[in-house]
Amino acid sequence: MSKGQKTNWLLLGGVALLVAWPLLFVKGDFEGADAQAGELVKELSPDYTPWAEPVFEPASSEIESLLFALQAALGAGTIGFIFGGYHERRRQQRQTSTSTTSKEPLP
Amino acid sequence: MIKSSHAKRYGSLGAIALLTMYLVVASPNPAFAMHISEGFLPLGWALGWWLVFLPFLGGGLWALQRQLKRHPESRVLLALAGAFAFVLSSLKIPSVTGSCSHPMGIALGATLFGPLVMTVLGTFVLLFQALLIAHGGLTTLGANGFAMAVVAPWVAWGTYQGLKKLTQRQGIALFAAAVLSNLVAYSLTAFQLALAFPHSDGGVVLSFAKFAALFAITQIPLAISEGLLTVLMGNWLLTYCLEELEVLQWRGGHTSHE
Repeated sequence: MSKGQKTNWLLLGGVALLVAWPLLFVKGDFEGADAQAGELVKELSPDYTPWAEPVFEPASSEIESLLFALQAALGAGTIGFIFGGYHERRRQQRQTSTSTTSKEPLP
Repeated sequence: MIKSSHAKRYGSLGAIALLTMYLVVASPNPAFAMHISEGFLPLGWALGWWLVFLPFLGGGLWALQRQLKRHPESRVLLALAGAFAFVLSSLKIPSVTGSCSHPMGIALGATLFGPLVMTVLGTFVLLFQALLIAHGGLTTLGANGFAMAVVAPWVAWGTYQGLKKLTQRQGIALFAAAVLSNLVAYSLTAFQLALAFPHSDGGVVLSFAKFAALFAITQIPLAISEGLLTVLMGNWLLTYCLEELEVLQWRGGHTSHE
């Protein structure tokens, strides 16, 4: 494994740890921080009423998570597609260059 | 020899697949965070932030058009930067405070294309979330856009440029840019709420302390996660897209990649 690859796995591992740690060791309901912000607004100015409603509100939290998943899938799919293309391009470039230049022996 | 180069190839493909999977699997969690919700800013503030935000959006559209005209080939990386922001802002990640919040992923694009271009991409993400997920809102888009699509990319870009000159290490500069831009965006959101809803005794300062307390600690581990993922993306870019990065003059000095 090259140094760069090792770094990448370490980076992913770090993220996984940061996500798993609170789930394992913190007791909480894991509600969103802007719901809490809304509560704080009510506490600071009890008279305030939100004067606009969202144009479209997902019918349930299931639908909402569907839309969030859609957002993630669109983004992740694009990333995968683009890197997939670049990956193949690099592979082909390497293949053509190995035929002309000598390549250092791989371990 | 052929075998180990195969192994290497599958290794990096595997890493991409894993991240993609992680990004998809980790996302569906109904609790969310970060934006000022629809209608939660008084009319005056909502309008005011819109007015501040609009010139930057205009500048962003101009910069984006210029970028595409000068370097049409960079639109693939542009899509990549947009997709990264799209994914990261859909991930609600649990944090040490027992609540959830999400990263933004705006820093990568800001270092690649400059802050103005990222204003457009960031606004697109915010608009998607406001219209489809009732996350944030149209009345508060000015305020949210200013924090997350204007100030955050400028902070990311400035941090990246400064630290890269200072340390000559692209990885460190990228990490710091992502972490800082994330934290600044949240602090600014807290400040915007505090300005609109000052505490009856302690005024804006106390109110800010209260709003910031909601976000601050929650946000630190997430900012670090965002930093790590941004560096990972940077490493992949340096592995696969050197030609394109050359055009954007992204590479220079030492890099985090060997």
